[in-house]
Amino acid sequence: MPFIPHTEDDTREMLAAIGADSLDDLFDEIPKELLIDSLDGVPEGLTEMEISRLMRKRAALDGAPQCFIGAGAYEHHIPSVVWDIATRGEFYSAYTPYQAEASQGTLQVIYEYQTMITELTGLDVSNASLYDGASGLAEAALMAVRSNRRAKSGRILLAPGVNPRYEQVATAIAGSQHISFERLPKNSVSGNAADDLDAGDSPVAVVIQQPSFPGTLEDVDRLTDWAHANGALVIAVVNPVSLAVLKAPGNWGSEGADIACGEGQPLGVPLSSGGPYFGFMTCKQKFVRQMPGRIVGRTTDLDDQPGFALTLQAREQHIRRSKATSNICTNQGLMVTAATIYMSLLGYAGLRQVALRSQQNTAMLVEKLLALKGVERLYEGPHFHEVALRLGQPVADVLDALAKRDILGGYDLGDALLVCATETKTAADIDAYVAAMDEILNTGDRLSA
Amino acid sequence: MTDLPGDLMYTNDHEWLRREDDGSVTIGITDHAQAALGDLVYVELPEVGQELDSGGDMAVVESVKAASDVYAPIAGEVIAVNEELGDDPEKINADPYGDGWIVRMQPSEEIDESALLAPNDYQTLLDEEDA
Repeated sequence: MPFIPHTEDDTREMLAAIGADSLDDLFDEIPKELLIDSLDGVPEGLTEMEISRLMRKRAALDGAPQCFIGAGAYEHHIPSVVWDIATRGEFYSAYTPYQAEASQGTLQVIYEYQTMITELTGLDVSNASLYDGASGLAEAALMAVRSNRRAKSGRILLAPGVNPRYEQVATAIAGSQHISFERLPKNSVSGNAADDLDAGDSPVAVVIQQPSFPGTLEDVDRLTDWAHANGALVIAVVNPVSLAVLKAPGNWGSEGADIACGEGQPLGVPLSSGGPYFGFMTCKQKFVRQMPGRIVGRTTDLDDQPGFALTLQAREQHIRRSKATSNICTNQGLMVTAATIYMSLLGYAGLRQVALRSQQNTAMLVEKLLALKGVERLYEGPHFHEVALRLGQPVADVLDALAKRDILGGYDLGDALLVCATETKTAADIDAYVAAMDEILNTGDRLSA
Repeated sequence: MTDLPGDLMYTNDHEWLRREDDGSVTIGITDHAQAALGDLVYVELPEVGQELDSGGDMAVVESVKAASDVYAPIAGEVIAVNEELGDDPEKINADPYGDGWIVRMQPSEEIDESALLAPNDYQTLLDEEDA
């Protein structure tokens, strides 16, 4: 990113060109009562030296803990070349440029991304990304309603393993558009959908998350066929790294899932205290016109040379206005660029290694924790790289005690602890965690540490 | 010069209507409309059995450069849709008043012809738009 100076003369000249007196005039549209003077914890007008010092001080508060938390965002090793390439000036923008076709390199990156994501999910077409996994589910629900017009109920059924945060976000975005989200009953032993299910009145879609939020593996073939038998579409919410070892949504059941979406963060995007991340979405060809967002296509120009172009733009807001399929475009282009570089560097074999090592590390951690007194699994059955454990003691207290030992011990499910050990953890890290947990659970002085 | 069959009724939104012998009404977009849109790539059709109000969303015609709503010119029930447009939307470009028909409706009330245009009135509308 080049340094672009920005002098007071520049500002005055630009304001004069558009006939505004001051910068504040540009915000006239915003009602005064919505404006605020300050933000908590955000100081105003610091010098570069002051802000550098402040940010260093705040960053140091994080310490350097070992992270065993998953629950939707995952720490994976990111080869340094990923962000070295992604932050080159040619790529370093969140957006597709105006006159997108003039930026063939940017469009090619998105095209390659779409190709990789469709291969991972086993579906026909991908868009150029969404904001994140949670809003991706909301978009998928809206898309399902547009695509499945025979089902008038607006009912979207959620498998028990769908991330509760995703349900909250989807309800916030789509809940006011005659769409309701309902949970399917749970089998308390497996944590997955109950054996006997009642679809009720013409459901629009069934959402299946794999692996589930508490780490179990749902019987996706059975649920997919059950949904289709009841006239519902199937929305798969998947972790892209898991797809290197688990069945692709396009192959679920006899007909495959219709739409797949999820959080793209595990593919080369750092945890960064929660964002920016990106969402992905793919679907069967027959639903492509209902898919939100941008799609880049490959074509040939007048001289028969291959090239890339934005396609299906007629569905977008600059043409369809209020009737556009969505108001999203390519907002997370930079994250997508990093993910594309990450996937192309790792390849099939590399991604599979990441997935297998994460699965094995979690299996090792869980086996050792289960050997401790009072620790047992919340649900039976196979897992990918997360497992929910009962501790026999309040989870929040145990997590506090672990944090004092520089270990972020997992995600608090209330009645259980959700642990995750990706490929970034060594055997020594796992042993240190188990030793700390043993001390906390079995010496009785868990809060003193 | 745009093609304008004399036995049809027209609307301000560049649609045409034909009364069939059985009392139903066939609806499409005019030759002028298809020419303005350019090559069509997709047509979104309503469901057979759907009840539409006059002025309600009936279909969407999409070309490479624009997507336009087609509104129901009358109130009634959709009794047939031109399924062939699914595979071949360019039928509308090739034959807007024939193979390119879009929807057939059964009117739910007497058609208000004063809200529609006779061929010469529609021609006047086109002349004014050109002017």
